[in-house]
Amino acid sequence: MQYAGGVDVGSTQTKAVVIDHARRIVGRSLIMTGANVVTAAQEAFQAALDDAVVREADIGYVIGTGYGRYKVTFGNDQVTEISCHARGAAHLFPGTRTVLDMGGQDTKAIRIGPNGDVVDFCMNDKCAAGTGRFLQAASFALEIPLSDLGTIALRAQRPVKISTTCTVFAESEVLSWAARGKKVEDILMGVHRSIAARSVALLTRVGVEEKVTFTGGVARNQAMVALLGELLQLEPQVGEEAHYMGSLGAALFALDRIQGSAAPVPGQTESAA
Amino acid sequence: MITAGIDVGSTYTKAALVAQDGALVASAMIPTGFRLEAASDEAFRMVLRHAGLAAGDVAYVVSTGAGRYQVPFRDLQATDLTAQGRGARHFFPNTHTLLDVGGQTMKASRLDARGRVAAFRLNDKCAAGTGAFLEKTARYLGFRTEQIGQLAAGSPDAASISGVCAVFAESEVINHVSAGKPPSEILHGAMVSLVARSVQLMKRVKIEPEVTLVGGIMRYPTMIGVLRDQLGLEVNVPPDPLAQFTAAIGAAVLGQQRLAKIGAAPTAA
Repeated sequence: MQYAGGVDVGSTQTKAVVIDHARRIVGRSLIMTGANVVTAAQEAFQAALDDAVVREADIGYVIGTGYGRYKVTFGNDQVTEISCHARGAAHLFPGTRTVLDMGGQDTKAIRIGPNGDVVDFCMNDKCAAGTGRFLQAASFALEIPLSDLGTIALRAQRPVKISTTCTVFAESEVLSWAARGKKVEDILMGVHRSIAARSVALLTRVGVEEKVTFTGGVARNQAMVALLGELLQLEPQVGEEAHYMGSLGAALFALDRIQGSAAPVPGQTESAA
Repeated sequence: MITAGIDVGSTYTKAALVAQDGALVASAMIPTGFRLEAASDEAFRMVLRHAGLAAGDVAYVVSTGAGRYQVPFRDLQATDLTAQGRGARHFFPNTHTLLDVGGQTMKASRLDARGRVAAFRLNDKCAAGTGAFLEKTARYLGFRTEQIGQLAAGSPDAASISGVCAVFAESEVINHVSAGKPPSEILHGAMVSLVARSVQLMKRVKIEPEVTLVGGIMRYPTMIGVLRDQLGLEVNVPPDPLAQFTAAIGAAVLGQQRLAKIGAAPTAA
């Protein structure tokens, strides 16, 4: 049986997915990207193979995506993460017309046409405000694990208003709120609101059309999902695979190549990331 | 009569005492922290201690900086731009353009003939182009703030860093480290990218010589050298370590000018 692989080398984490001929995910992995991008790609891929209990020889095609996609030295081809997130989201949530991908250092709003191709996209390319890094700064400042931030924020009663735009300054603002005796949950909700507001602004620029699918590492954050729903007045679709969406999309493109439906990659555009 | 200037900055609080003839009597500096009133009080007491004076010996207190309203014992507050302008003119009477780079701010201003601010531009929403950028870079590299100056001076070459965002610069720094670039070259590169932003800001107020550089970042000789090169102009810098105290000194000088005015004015009674 032939399998296909997708490796998404992100600025913060590297994700790999192995799918079978029926487009089912059979293995996945997630590791920190770290300083050596080439090694990270190899390790993530190997871990996904181990998870799938599949030998490398059984993989027919591998596509690299993400900012480090050209460092996937064993990959057969590269596709931008814009296309991959769109493909993954449209596969798991048919009818997806808008994708919000929030990663460690970038946030992207992608609009998808009726046949699944990328119509337009917009991303933060000059500033880390409104990305996962903003949450990381708060996590660092308050010494609370990243994975707990959303749950804690949801307990907020009187959220503070974060006034700084810059992620670097936000770290000091968070500390100063804490020094003034504000509750951790109220500070964290303020941080989440600030990021959500920036994401919604990005989405507005590409035009929000239902259904909206939320992908990327930050999609695991319950407070962010709730806030986006509130601000957009709709329920964003978020799945278990949100974090793996880019690598899943890459694997799906890889499977196309194996199965010969060599349809051109929709909306293939070089991203700035 | 002695006047005091208290500059409550985002990172450090500076205090200076100035005599009637404009001479600097004493200075003091402490980290600001989050209790601004306490910081201003402590900096004031420290500068008095350095001078061997009591609070009663100070005739007038002018506060400045982001926390200028958190100085309960002030007689007057002045904006950073006004205080820096007075301070820069105090050291260099022919100053017409001023660049102030602090821990979280970057400000360029042009002064008119009387030393008043004629135009200014601020970089107040972004850490790229401020001291925080250098501190972050040093932190990624595993060094402390105090080591920045020496490190950057240790390399004639500068690694290329885009300087668009202090956070994104981290990835560039990591790439340089894994490519084997020495930390000194990377920090030097961070300074070059910071200076590029400063020069952009200065051009927007229209640069007129003489140019005076102030603020905490000017304690790094490498910064000054890079600025001079990129501007293609000679630059004034207050003698080390006073570049960090220019606003506090300027505030105290403003206090002297104010006292002179009050003294000259006929009293109502």
